[in-house]
Amino acid sequence: MQPDYQFQHTHIFGIEQLSVEDIAHILATARSFREISNRPIKKVPTLRGKTIVNLFFEPSTRTRLSFEIAAKRMSADTFNISASTSSTTKGETLVDTARNIQAMNPDVIILRHSSSGAPQLLAKHINASVINAGDGAHEHPSQGLLDMMTVMEHKGKIEGLKLAIIGDIAHSRVAVSDIIGFTRMGAEVCLAGPRTFMPAAISSLGAKVCRSVQEAVKDADVVMTLRIQLERQNDSLIPSLREYSRFYGVNRQLMELAKEDAIVMHPGPINRGVELSPDVADGRRSVILEQVTNGVAVRMALLYLVLGGSKGSEGQGESR
Amino acid sequence: MSKVIVLKNGRIIDPVQKRDEIADLWVRDGLIIQPGSIETTDVEIHDLAGCWVLPGLIDMHVHLREPGEEYKETIETGTLAAAAGGFTAVASMPNTNPVNDNGVITKFICEKSVSCAARVYPVGAISKGSKGETLAEYGEMKTAGAVALTDDGNPVVDSQLMRRAMEYASSHDMLIMSHSEELSLSKGGCMNEGEIATRMGLRGIPVSAESIMVQREIALAELTGARMHIAHVSAEQSIALIRSAKARGVKITAETAPHYFTLTEKAVLGYNTNAKMNPPLRAESDRHAVREALGDGTLDAIATDHAPHSILEKEVEFNLAANGIAGLETSLPLSLALVRENVIGPARLVELMSCAPARILGVPGGSLHVGAVADITVVDPEKRFTFSVQESFSKGKNSPFDGWEMQGKAVLSMVEGRITYRDM
Repeated sequence: MQPDYQFQHTHIFGIEQLSVEDIAHILATARSFREISNRPIKKVPTLRGKTIVNLFFEPSTRTRLSFEIAAKRMSADTFNISASTSSTTKGETLVDTARNIQAMNPDVIILRHSSSGAPQLLAKHINASVINAGDGAHEHPSQGLLDMMTVMEHKGKIEGLKLAIIGDIAHSRVAVSDIIGFTRMGAEVCLAGPRTFMPAAISSLGAKVCRSVQEAVKDADVVMTLRIQLERQNDSLIPSLREYSRFYGVNRQLMELAKEDAIVMHPGPINRGVELSPDVADGRRSVILEQVTNGVAVRMALLYLVLGGSKGSEGQGESR
Repeated sequence: MSKVIVLKNGRIIDPVQKRDEIADLWVRDGLIIQPGSIETTDVEIHDLAGCWVLPGLIDMHVHLREPGEEYKETIETGTLAAAAGGFTAVASMPNTNPVNDNGVITKFICEKSVSCAARVYPVGAISKGSKGETLAEYGEMKTAGAVALTDDGNPVVDSQLMRRAMEYASSHDMLIMSHSEELSLSKGGCMNEGEIATRMGLRGIPVSAESIMVQREIALAELTGARMHIAHVSAEQSIALIRSAKARGVKITAETAPHYFTLTEKAVLGYNTNAKMNPPLRAESDRHAVREALGDGTLDAIATDHAPHSILEKEVEFNLAANGIAGLETSLPLSLALVRENVIGPARLVELMSCAPARILGVPGGSLHVGAVADITVVDPEKRFTFSVQESFSKGKNSPFDGWEMQGKAVLSMVEGRITYRDM
């Protein structure tokens, strides 16, 4: 990293906006924060006096909890707002909601919204930092970063690895963030799934679209499966979960094709027996719960950095 | 004896008369008269050296929003914007509230437009309420002043209904204008399908959502022998279909809008809701095809699809934002750029923006011959200005061209001898 490097982002809309240096810096900062969660007293004063609002327009358990724990471990005050997007048609607009929250002078707004681009719209109308916690089918940057952090921990690097992403790419903001992030960091990203789950021109993001799951998983270092939304079979995207599971589910037999030390990841929540067989989900290769643990560290790093953070130092947490 | 208006020293471009020369044009009592044909001292002289004198521009695809959505635009403000953009007449789409699907609404629009800054030709609905179920009363609407029929914005899904509409409309000698969109393919989409949509996480609308319906309309025009006009063509694939249909002699005409030959889907980047319209901005190859088709005659007309919205519809999440942009005041400058870039000549520009719309709609205008109605647009092709939505006459500030440096604009608009806009 350049000695004069500085993290410059006030908002985190997506991995797309982050350079290789930015990603490396966020991951290094997250690593330095990880240890805080293992202390008997899991709290540092770093963000004391900062106000962080979780503004969630979509139901979420783990992402919201993860951001809240991250903020609280850094001594920020956190507030949760669960709103309904359906109210926008008859009541307050997102812009009005944003202005009202701004009037109470928060420092960071963490937004989850069903509309792609909602974080950018919010940021146009407020002074606080905005962190995207998932917008439509666009991006879920903290998930992409925690995935990269998890892979780094197991493989020591990202460059040169083969990552297979299996499943519903078209409806997955996690997939977009992972494809952009991992390819930017030098990994080969191979996608597999039925054609109905592949968005247009997806290869232009740098990923390779494989003809079969077997081709994607062959010699992979990382196998990532995505959650299949149960309603997809009603949209005529797949005929049935049964058929999907048979042809695209990740199971022990498929994992035989991957590298001996390959790891299995999933952004959760898992439909056990659909996209991932229980024995693989709970097996020795699975790092799914480590992803969740790293999620807290990554979100601590993001909060810290958008609030001015270290300006290039290793952060206030202790290095490992 | 009434006053004579003398438009002096302008370059008169009138493709219908195959005329392109520096000359004077005389107007009296709302008609064009032979220069020097009468002797009078009651004259009003405009020196138009360096300007083009054109048959009044006609925008055959405009949403005036009245009745029902007067907060977005009214017939008064929309026609002021039209005059400022060099238009002497506009065809107003029927997706008002209530829908213009009967003679009473048509009559209301006509009465409201009397003494406004541009002629307004109401376009009636194809189906009652534009619901795509049963035919609206074409005869009643025509009697009240409607010039064509469309369910613009609500594509006619039922092919049998469209066939009947074409047949029945031909009995009343009325034109059907098709908003060609296969809804099952475009459903939920909010921009062109492709790399940018994927990167932005926005549901795409494939080109085939347009071209499939264009092909249906061509097939129905062949089946019925009736005329069919395709509105706002955006895609190369549709253009290829129209080109081959025309070569077979099918009675089909088509228009495109300035944004389709000026912008691409890249304008959407940053979730710019002022670049959201339907059909969506397409790829560079489509933009190129549209420009080519304007030159070779495949596309007959430039129309704006002027769709004013307020910030209530536009300052929202991208997928929830309304489709459409304001276009009346930027159409001519953007089209003049095509002339400067040698995509089309000046005469072709006049054909696309005046002669063809008049001919297709069957309305007066489109020529400057002696005895013609004095609907005239004077253009200064060199005049430079910065377009600003805040200074625009339209209530719709939803333009992707805000702040653009433009060259060439209307400096005088005249409807039936009455000056409706002047900037000189």
